[in-house]
Amino acid sequence: MSQDMSMQEPLLKVDNLTKYYGSRLGCADVSFELWPGEVLAIVGESGSGKTTLLNSLSATLEPTSGQTHYRMRDGAWRNIYDLSEAERRFLVRTDWGFVHQNPADGLRMTVSAGANVGERLMAVGDRHYGHIRETALDWLGRVEIAADRIDDQPRSFSGGMRQRLQIARNLVTGPRLVFMDEPTGGLDVSVQARLLDLLRGLVGELGLAAIVVTHDLAVARLLSHRMMVMKDGHVIEAGLTDRVLDDPREPYTQLLVSSILQV
Amino acid sequence: MMTALTVKNLSKTFTMHLRDGVVLPVVENVNFHVQPGECVVLGGPSGAGKSSILKMVYGNYGVDAGSIVIQHHGAAVDLATADPRTVLTLRRDSIGYVSQFLRTVPRVSALDVVAEPLVIRGVDKGEAQDRARALLARLNLPERLWSLPPATFSGGEQQRVNIARGFITDHPVLLLDEPTASLDATNRAVVVAMIGEKKAQGVALLGIFHDEEVREAVADRILDVTAFAPELAA
Repeated sequence: MSQDMSMQEPLLKVDNLTKYYGSRLGCADVSFELWPGEVLAIVGESGSGKTTLLNSLSATLEPTSGQTHYRMRDGAWRNIYDLSEAERRFLVRTDWGFVHQNPADGLRMTVSAGANVGERLMAVGDRHYGHIRETALDWLGRVEIAADRIDDQPRSFSGGMRQRLQIARNLVTGPRLVFMDEPTGGLDVSVQARLLDLLRGLVGELGLAAIVVTHDLAVARLLSHRMMVMKDGHVIEAGLTDRVLDDPREPYTQLLVSSILQV
Repeated sequence: MMTALTVKNLSKTFTMHLRDGVVLPVVENVNFHVQPGECVVLGGPSGAGKSSILKMVYGNYGVDAGSIVIQHHGAAVDLATADPRTVLTLRRDSIGYVSQFLRTVPRVSALDVVAEPLVIRGVDKGEAQDRARALLARLNLPERLWSLPPATFSGGEQQRVNIARGFITDHPVLLLDEPTASLDATNRAVVVAMIGEKKAQGVALLGIFHDEEVREAVADRILDVTAFAPELAA
């Protein structure tokens, strides 16, 4: 286990994050810290505020109140809502990843698979075509996409392949934090299993921190160390993932856990 | 020698909100300790709270009151009040658990399931797999199964994968929930020998064994869990 100093400090600190859409509540008073290498699952049903929270955390949305501080690569803590647009965009392109539920939202569908991966590398200043292509090939391999598909557009890919390509595109720059919104949503069960295994392996291997929004408790169990349960915009229960799932305390969490179908 | 595991005044109830908030008392005032090299067996009928105690000690169940103190890197840490990160570090380095049933992950081979606790601790993957192979061979799991995900294995085969995964590390505290329940006599004997070796290495073991023969063979002390039944507690 790496014990260097950067592992001894959180990566993200969230204080009383609240988001209203007009008078309607998105999420309220959310506070937590995320550490390097830690995977946090945010679970809850549709409309519980989990996507609002994810979008606020990733600076896609500006919260109504509250702060999110991120420890930059140089060690400096920055409130992400105070970053300039250029700084924010650089962070999003390099040190962060965002895996959308619908791969079309995270990919450019009309450029090749290789270019989808290479584009992120160019954003961090890589200009060497041979190197970019080689790295793209390596990443396609890591997400189990055959090398001979590198020049194909993701339009011609299946849903599972598109999602794997989106993951490669996000991870190629070596981000320290990845946001995922229902990464396995809309995929067949067997495709889900493959994706989950892949994600689990990559997250562990790369020591990524990740925040995963999911309504699927089995996904949360498999991927996350810690989880937060949301209802009506509030975090109603939080803790170690297997503690929350094996010994749920709140009525709503008990309902969620007891509603899982056993096979 | 320092006590490896000390449990004090532990109490646990379940509140079933889906059944009108009925409160199920589980155990009250649980007190015991386990020394390095000792195997303490939780005894008592089904439903007395034996598994619940193990799950509290591993952090899967929260507690209502009491402390669970574990020696961790030379310091005493109370798992009952520790934050999730600390619990995960305790599990990585200090406390192992062989659950009754294996939770399988799609596509991960039996060999990698067994090697994983070492890989998480930073052991080289090749070396971790070598040690996993040795354990699976010792537990007589046919070699043709090693590269397959255990989801389709029989109960006894899954249990041996689970045992190998729990025994591969040198955690100073090891929890065992009926590790021999679905094993034949040959493999039961292997597990008894493996438990003996853990004791010789100074590991503190806390377990549940319904098989009387195994219990006789491994237990240094039997702790009667019915003594912690909520209605009997003073």
